[in-house]
Amino acid sequence: MRTMSVADRTRSGVIAEFPDAAAGTAAKPAAFETRELSVFYGKKQALKGINLDIDKGEVTALIGPSGCGKSTYIRCLNRMNDPIPGCRIEGKVLLDGMDVYAADIDPVELRARVGMVFQKPNPFPKSVWENVAYGPRIHGLAATRAELNDIVERSLQRAALFDEVKDRLQEPGTSLSGGQQQRLCIARALAVDPDVILMDEPCSALDPIATAKIEELIDELSGNYTIVIVTHSMQQAARVSDMTAFFHLGDLVETGPTDTIFTTPRDERTEGYITGRFG
Amino acid sequence: MNATFLFVVIVLLAAMGYWLGRARALAVAGGKGRVLHSLPSQHGALVALWAAVPAVIALLAWTLLVPEGQRAVNPWLRVALVVATAGAGLWLALQRVRARQRARNHVEAVIRLLLLLASAVAILTTVGIVLSLLFESLRFFALVPPHEFLLGLDWAPQTAIRADQIGQSGSFGAVPVFVGTLLIAFIAMAVATPVGLMAAIWMAEYAGERVRATVKPVLEILAGVPTVVYGFFAALTVASIVRRAGESIGLEVASESALAAGLVMGIMILPFVASISDDVIRAVPVSLRHGSMALGATHSETVRRVIVPAALPGIVGGVLLGVSRAIGETMIVVMAAGLSANLTANPFAAVTTVTVQIVGLLTGDQEFDSAKTLSAFALGLVLFFVTLALNVLALQIVRRYREAYD
Ligand SMILES: Nc1ncnc2c1ncn2[C@@H]1O[C@H](COP(=O)(O)OP(=O)(O)OP(=O)(O)O)[C@@H](O)[C@H]1O
Ligand SMILES: [Mg+2]
Repeated sequence: MRTMSVADRTRSGVIAEFPDAAAGTAAKPAAFETRELSVFYGKKQALKGINLDIDKGEVTALIGPSGCGKSTYIRCLNRMNDPIPGCRIEGKVLLDGMDVYAADIDPVELRARVGMVFQKPNPFPKSVWENVAYGPRIHGLAATRAELNDIVERSLQRAALFDEVKDRLQEPGTSLSGGQQQRLCIARALAVDPDVILMDEPCSALDPIATAKIEELIDELSGNYTIVIVTHSMQQAARVSDMTAFFHLGDLVETGPTDTIFTTPRDERTEGYITGRFG
Repeated sequence: MNATFLFVVIVLLAAMGYWLGRARALAVAGGKGRVLHSLPSQHGALVALWAAVPAVIALLAWTLLVPEGQRAVNPWLRVALVVATAGAGLWLALQRVRARQRARNHVEAVIRLLLLLASAVAILTTVGIVLSLLFESLRFFALVPPHEFLLGLDWAPQTAIRADQIGQSGSFGAVPVFVGTLLIAFIAMAVATPVGLMAAIWMAEYAGERVRATVKPVLEILAGVPTVVYGFFAALTVASIVRRAGESIGLEVASESALAAGLVMGIMILPFVASISDDVIRAVPVSLRHGSMALGATHSETVRRVIVPAALPGIVGGVLLGVSRAIGETMIVVMAAGLSANLTANPFAAVTTVTVQIVGLLTGDQEFDSAKTLSAFALGLVLFFVTLALNVLALQIVRRYREAYD
């Protein structure tokens, strides 16, 4: 396997060296292309030269046993690894062909395009309205209060939350139920009008009913947004995703259309994991 | 034989009780651990307690109940009483060592009682102080009506202190004193709050881990510098700088100014505010930072719009604790604020504070039931309730805020 230095990453022509990486999915345009992506925490290598394409407007599920690097991978896509002390990244991440780790990329702009929803709902200790208005405000997306109101309402509607909270917009976001809080966090991410939404185990703190609501929501959002979701639930991956990528011990073992992965996996590690024989 | 020696005797008997009790428990168990309900050492401790506690009570009772005169007559009676009580307790307890005896529960109950007594001492002393403040204040208010004290604008408590001195009766309008206190506290907080908060934000958010590891302890040491040191710094250095600075722009500045005292007091409180604010800022969960960052907020936007608002209740609590320190602070104002009870909001004038007046009223020869002396208690009572209210409020706010994230 080949690893690249930071200097290599900024040089052009790297993509051409890996023409076959996206072979299986070449038909659809890719939102993200990762090339030979390796991540180190200090001396420990968490990802080992990952080559993965994430298709535009599709839902991609990342599955794999605990500690295999799913969160590490998803954090590379919006550079949320930057603030982690000792974290070092090699290889390339391209968003619409643009190198996410290039020197002239402002992570702040990147994160406005690539929203993120976390495992545990983390609404700000502000009102529901303020939570959603936060992003548009810092990015100056609304010129007037009325416009901002529009954005807030539209985002809440897209997150399938508006009807439940329309009478309590001024109540603290933390007073909502866990499932509502998670949808509030999705609305908050939608409000800055991203292209991509990353979700790291968005339902693991929720009950089955709240989970079903989020899955329904993901279904509605797909098409308009590129969604990457990390999940430990095989059923969830099968239900919501178009593509599935299986990680194991820092390697990308297998990737392909979800029904193929779940019916006829090529690698025995994938088969073992999805049939629950090891984890 | 004196009481100290008797104490030593009791301790020795208790130690003996411990060994005997433990040995007896071991004998009862016959080498098998699970036979006993409690550990042998717990049986020993129970016997020791039986030897010591009744004997100490007997000793105390004797000392309190037997009148002074008779004590000299029968010193050996006391020795006999104490030793007999200890011995009886020890022997009785030894007889009761059984396999199923709940020695552990008894010992733990006694320990709980001891802890309760210790906290009762702290609380009862406070209650005693408050009661004494209250009663002396009531005596004062019998001489000077409360409305005159609380609303009067003229503070001149110098009454005659010798019978042959026929002086004025003094006037006890405390408003100038309260206003002086508030003025200085206000100046102090005007310094400590913004600077302390900014220092805290820098420490919690921007300083490297290593810098912070040195700066924070230094701040905490600063908070422990005796205030008398700040006091002469205020009186000698800052007061003259303030005066010269004021005069250079054509202002008339008293040599003892509210500004000098307030500035130094602000510096004294600053580390306190900074340290508490740093703690509450760092207690804001990382998930909120990440949530804000993932929306494309910069670090400073995150700090300003998410972290500080989230930490605000805790910061307010810290500031209120700072205010209560400013109001109760004595040394700095004694040395730098002066004694003249001017009713003014001018920071360049000399003012006086509640604490300074209390010190002034109670130092030197005093007649203990003059209105002058008693007025110190009334001032103390007001001071006590104001700082108590501030502390309760502040701790309430800090605590509620902590709970929100647990
Ligand atoms: N901040 C960090 N510092 C050091 N090592 C880390 C850090 N974060 C993750 N790792 C290590 O990197 C590896 C991958 O972790 P990661 O969190 O990406 O796994 P994951 O697939 O998301 O697991 P899970 O399903 O449990 O969330 C693990 O071995 C983990 O111990
Ligand atoms: Mg994870």
